[in-house]
Amino acid sequence: MSDNNKRWECLVCGLIYDEAEGWPDDGIAPGTAWADVPDDWTCPDCGAGKSDFEMIQIG
Amino acid sequence: MTAGTVIVGTGHAGYTLAREYRKLAPDAPLTLISSDDGAAYYKPNLSKAFADGKDADGLVMKSAEAQAEALSATVLAGARVTSIDRQSQSLTTDADRISYDKLVLAVGASQRECPVEGDGVGSILHVNDLAQYRRFRSWLTGKKRVVILGAGLIGSEFANDLGANGFEVTLIDPLGWPLGRLVPEPVGVAIGNALQDLGVHLGMRQTATAVNHSDDGFAVTTSHGATIHADVVLSAIGLVPNTQVASEAGLNCGRGIQVDATLQTNDPNIFALGDCAELPGGQVLPYVLPITHSARALAKTLAGEAMPLALPAMPVIVKTPACPTVVCPPATSEGAWRVEGDSPNFEAVFEGADGAPLGFALCGDKLARRGELAKSMPPLLA
Repeated sequence: MSDNNKRWECLVCGLIYDEAEGWPDDGIAPGTAWADVPDDWTCPDCGAGKSDFEMIQIG
Repeated sequence: MTAGTVIVGTGHAGYTLAREYRKLAPDAPLTLISSDDGAAYYKPNLSKAFADGKDADGLVMKSAEAQAEALSATVLAGARVTSIDRQSQSLTTDADRISYDKLVLAVGASQRECPVEGDGVGSILHVNDLAQYRRFRSWLTGKKRVVILGAGLIGSEFANDLGANGFEVTLIDPLGWPLGRLVPEPVGVAIGNALQDLGVHLGMRQTATAVNHSDDGFAVTTSHGATIHADVVLSAIGLVPNTQVASEAGLNCGRGIQVDATLQTNDPNIFALGDCAELPGGQVLPYVLPITHSARALAKTLAGEAMPLALPAMPVIVKTPACPTVVCPPATSEGAWRVEGDSPNFEAVFEGADGAPLGFALCGDKLARRGELAKSMPPLLA
């Protein structure tokens, strides 16, 4: 099992970044840990920056 | 202590500006004034709340108190600004007089009033903020039949969300297909077909002429002479920037509050951004991403480093999951659509007379082309 299974929520719009899924539309491969997402990546929905995301617990 | 920066409005524009400004000016005094309860929510989520399993309260991201703490700012909720006195650099709310060094108007827009007749006109609902959404949801409780006036972005998104969640929806629009101002016919027809598959009735090429109370709700009369019975009538026929207070204060207003590339009005101490602002070239861009970019640039200007706004092409995701769609609307109508694909998967590019790409619309499995196409589009604001 991969360690990269955390989910991060945009505190502005609620979009979820799931490490297991990455964000292929922006060239971020599945399994990319949050720390390895480029610092200039912005929320694909609302444009918020990485610092506006927070880790959320998986149920 | 100086009066500091005062932001009027706590929608996406006001709160994003506050957040970006705080990153650059951690200690500067900052006040936000909200005519509603000041809760932070994300307006685009209103038109997909059923799909997300959320009610009005569930859409709140943070309370006004939590925002005030996170931003180290004063948030004055329930305060409507009634006038601005530019001489004394102060504004008046129904309860208070507040001084400012720099004032930012992020006062949004209002739904256009619907030009229909009948004794039910006053009961036509609009949904352009969370309070209106709360009212809309309470009216929907135990009800089924919804008539939506306007098949633009908001109307089509609500039709999808309600149609997919057990409501009988009729979507009425004078144009020939949903999103008629944004997409060519094949794309609009694909969206319309997907909505029909959800059970949505399409009433295209017609308008509502009257809304009257009836025995069991409302009777909506259309220009085709049809009568549609409804429990709730929702109007989504477009937005008008809120300019009244600005205009009365002598700020230049056209379609919106007119600003230069640094979002400054004709008063060097007053700025405007978001749905209320008219950008250079006469553009009003009531979309989230241009607002986020505008807020970042304005935060720099307010922090002392004048930052002219530049906006690349920014495609808009249409929240119609029945037919996933992205649009990048052309700024002009001079040109023609070139459409490729088979329903429901289309790539449509709007080309100017010289063949230059000026906008696009994608649906179905063509969405992946978004990033590449966006690079070839002219900027929204150079």
